[in-house]
Amino acid sequence: MTVTARGALPSTPYDVTVVGAGVVGCAIARELARHPRLRVALVEAQDDVGQGTSKANTAILHTGFDATPGSLEARLVREGSRRLAAFAAESGIPVEPVGALLVAWDEEQRAALPRLAEKAERNGYRAAQLLDAAQLYAREPHLGAGALGALHVPGESIICPWTTTLAYATQAVLHGVDLHLNSAVQQVNRPEGAHLLTTDRGTLRTRCLINAAGLHADTLDRDLGHHDFTVTPRRGQLLVFDKFARSLVRHILLPVPTALGKGVLVTPTVYGNVLLGPTAEDLDDKRATASTADGVALLREKGRRILPALLDEEVTAVYAGLRAATEHDDYRITAHPSQAYVTVGGIRSTGLTASLAIAAHVTELLADTGLALGPERELEPVRMPNLGEAFPRPYQLAELIDADPEYGTLVCHCERVSRGEIRDALAAVIPPNSLDGLRRRTRARSGRCQGFHCGAAVRALFEEGQR
Amino acid sequence: MSGLREVAGAVRHVDVLVVGAGPAGLAAAARLAAAGTRRVEVLDREQQAGGVPRHCAHGGFGPWLHPLTGPAYARLLTRAAVRAGAVVRTGVTALDWAGPSTLTAVGRGGPETIEARAVVLATGARERPRTARLVPGTRPAGVYTTGELQQAVHLYGQRIGSRAVVIGAEEVSYAAADTVRAAGAEVVAMVTDLPQAQVSPGRALNARLRQGIPLLTDAMVDELVGRGRLSAVRLRHHDGRTTVLRCDIAVFTGDFVPERELARRGDLVLDAGTRGPAVDGGLHTSRPGVFAVGSVLHPAESAATAAREGAHAADAVRRRLTGDAWPTGVPLTVAAPLRWIAPNRVTPADELPYVLRTTISLHRPVLQVTQDDRLLHRSRSLRTALPNRTVTLTASWTHRVDAGGGPVRVTVA
Ligand SMILES: Cc1cc2nc3c(=O)[nH]c(=O)nc-3n(C[C@H](O)[C@H](O)[C@H](O)COP(=O)(O)OP(=O)(O)OC[C@H]3O[C@@H](n4cnc5c(N)ncnc54)[C@H](O)[C@@H]3O)c2cc1C
Ligand SMILES: Cc1cc2nc3c(=O)[nH]c(=O)nc-3n(C[C@H](O)[C@H](O)[C@H](O)COP(=O)(O)OP(=O)(O)OC[C@H]3O[C@@H](n4cnc5c(N)ncnc54)[C@H](O)[C@@H]3O)c2cc1C
Repeated sequence: MTVTARGALPSTPYDVTVVGAGVVGCAIARELARHPRLRVALVEAQDDVGQGTSKANTAILHTGFDATPGSLEARLVREGSRRLAAFAAESGIPVEPVGALLVAWDEEQRAALPRLAEKAERNGYRAAQLLDAAQLYAREPHLGAGALGALHVPGESIICPWTTTLAYATQAVLHGVDLHLNSAVQQVNRPEGAHLLTTDRGTLRTRCLINAAGLHADTLDRDLGHHDFTVTPRRGQLLVFDKFARSLVRHILLPVPTALGKGVLVTPTVYGNVLLGPTAEDLDDKRATASTADGVALLREKGRRILPALLDEEVTAVYAGLRAATEHDDYRITAHPSQAYVTVGGIRSTGLTASLAIAAHVTELLADTGLALGPERELEPVRMPNLGEAFPRPYQLAELIDADPEYGTLVCHCERVSRGEIRDALAAVIPPNSLDGLRRRTRARSGRCQGFHCGAAVRALFEEGQR
Repeated sequence: MSGLREVAGAVRHVDVLVVGAGPAGLAAAARLAAAGTRRVEVLDREQQAGGVPRHCAHGGFGPWLHPLTGPAYARLLTRAAVRAGAVVRTGVTALDWAGPSTLTAVGRGGPETIEARAVVLATGARERPRTARLVPGTRPAGVYTTGELQQAVHLYGQRIGSRAVVIGAEEVSYAAADTVRAAGAEVVAMVTDLPQAQVSPGRALNARLRQGIPLLTDAMVDELVGRGRLSAVRLRHHDGRTTVLRCDIAVFTGDFVPERELARRGDLVLDAGTRGPAVDGGLHTSRPGVFAVGSVLHPAESAATAAREGAHAADAVRRRLTGDAWPTGVPLTVAAPLRWIAPNRVTPADELPYVLRTTISLHRPVLQVTQDDRLLHRSRSLRTALPNRTVTLTASWTHRVDAGGGPVRVTVA
């Protein structure tokens, strides 16, 4: 079991190295871990897994009903959705099958609904149903006035993106994958048939290379001589509302896609909050994850129409994620057999859902490059701590607290996080290296007070755990 | 919460359950126990009783003649409650309602259910963090509220950074500036979107001249800058100019909201102004058997006010235990430029003085109390009323209120 965050990287060569520990890279590493003969490394620039786009999305487990029929994305989203739902059930990743409503606010949008239902059928999704205004308001009584109807897509779910990424990485590491953090790959060379990666922490040799670098996949690709696509980050800003808002909304409220893009949605989260967003802003800075006054104002204006009462609640977080958009309308997953190299690029706005299917697809491509995967095994299941409100949390479990009173001692009061959970996270297979990492693992400090009550206490526990 | 109720096991009974062992809750418990109420139990979710004063290292608490530091005051109040016979339990969080005056709770001993003849909510208040204030920018470390800052410095001795911008210029903001300095860091500036500081001229002058802390008025934070760690805040002045202040700490002070989770879970009627539970001068909420006191009603008055109110509530609680009916009262509202008043319902029997807030500065305002066009009271304040500072109003007029009449209004004449 190897997780490193500092010091020189190992000098023995790997069979396969995955660059980028986002949800996609972690899923690929996990898939490769099925093959015990392979020596696999997962290399990440930042100090934690899932710190890129994978930590900042809208956390929907899509059905793929609205994908472009026949595209690679359509297939992988459909397949990935099923795989991830099963994996989540096995691993304790919170998922709530709340269903989605595409709400039509004008005649043009209402007219588009039947076409969307047909498209869903072409994507193999047959459960979508048209609702008139009365049926819609019966399902969503707090919806703003003026909606004309909706398309109900019962299969859309909400999921915890942080636990998903962490579960993949944890299972991969438990099955022998080496995870190297703080290791940005700066350059790739290919002397004598192997890849030589130059990183912040020295060099690393590998026979095969998988590029799952998200926003930076194009840069790495160019290093290897390919000019297939350019990533243009598309920023999505989001507002997270206090848990008191949760009772205002039952479904994922999707806008009807128009020529102007996918638009702003309102969705519950598995933690019991409500999300409003995202914006869609094409930028050229791959680090531009700041929120802006204009973005926040736009979201509030849209939100006021969709769910007016939402705006009376406190905002507990504002964040922004960058979609890895390219000039192409589909994922850019390409094998380069002569280089023992696979590019996994352009995983734009569905990568969380598709991750397990992408991993299976990439592993097949890798075999096609000539790598002998060797024997295959079933992975031992992992069991992740539950961060979801729809399932019992530790503070609610009498027997657990009986056995260990630390689960009854709450530290973060807004989110009801116990000292036991924080202790467990600090001692986990992949421990956090920052307070933010701890927050994503436990929710400590992510509630309405943002640390007014617990911030110093949580920091003290974290610093103690680092020693 | 049904699953919780199942595991919570047998129901325990007490006479009065106080939620929150801050000045308000402790004072209520002490007075109740001293007056002979038998089973008075106080719960606090922190490991130490005392509420906010636990981490206010500065003086200015306690009786006028014997000023104490916050922690000493917290200890004094806790001792007084325990000595009087109240049971103070720390590390226990009240979670939710399981009946009209029954609460579920959890602590090291596991989930429990406590049924009381009366419940006193004394859950306090917090400062709104940067997110709730919708301040754009990155999400760097180094961004605090005063509450977190004081705990970091005074309870945990944590290092905070070296250059701080304090957002706000009210009492608590100056306390935050003191804490920054106590931690060995520099206060680069204090910033308020109002035209002047909202403290006594002496305090403001002392900070500006003796401590050399610039006060930037008519300005608000426009953006936080920095990756990983805060590197600057950008201000926007009312005239449209922007300024960038280099700093690695930003303290968002004031802008208090009540800690009202239990009030909301219990569907208590809330006051639109204070955002806390609506109460009359006997601290009765809309839910029979449930009282509320302290900062949860008026964030954030002084600790002395909270404690005084706790003691006052104790008398009302005792009347309830001996069978008095639950009063309804009529709404008590304010008109702009006043922001809120607490208590915010009124019965003719009420005696507790009122606290108010204004949105703009008013020179010695005349407050006027009316009901259905009938003038009940009129008086001139002796001081200039400033935003974020206490304005008081006597209760000497409440006996004139018609209990069957319309809402009572407080206006500035
Ligand atoms: C606003 C928004 C909403 C979204 N909503 C959804 C949704 O509801 N459902 C859904 O399924 N998907 C959604 N997505 C899409 C989903 O989040 C992404 O498709 C997915 O996270 C992409 O994962 P990734 O692993 O490819 O990229 P990332 O998570 O960005 O991972 C790439 C990793 O590579 C690392 N890296 C980069 N360069 C290097 C280098 N040179 N060396 C080492 N490491 C490197 C980065 O640090 C990063 O950790 C949304 C995206 C956004 C932005
Ligand atoms: C940063 C700051 C500085 C201040 N400085 C001063 C000052 O210098 N001088 C002054 O006079 N006043 C000061 N005040 C105001 C003063 O602290 C308050 O007036 C006083 O603490 C109010 O007392 P309280 O009992 O209503 O609330 P608090 O002191 O806030 O106590 C509430 C208690 O309730 C507990 N609680 C909440 N919810 C639950 C639950 N569900 N279960 C169990 N327990 C719960 C909390 O843990 C807390 O201990 C300051 C306030 C702040 C925030």
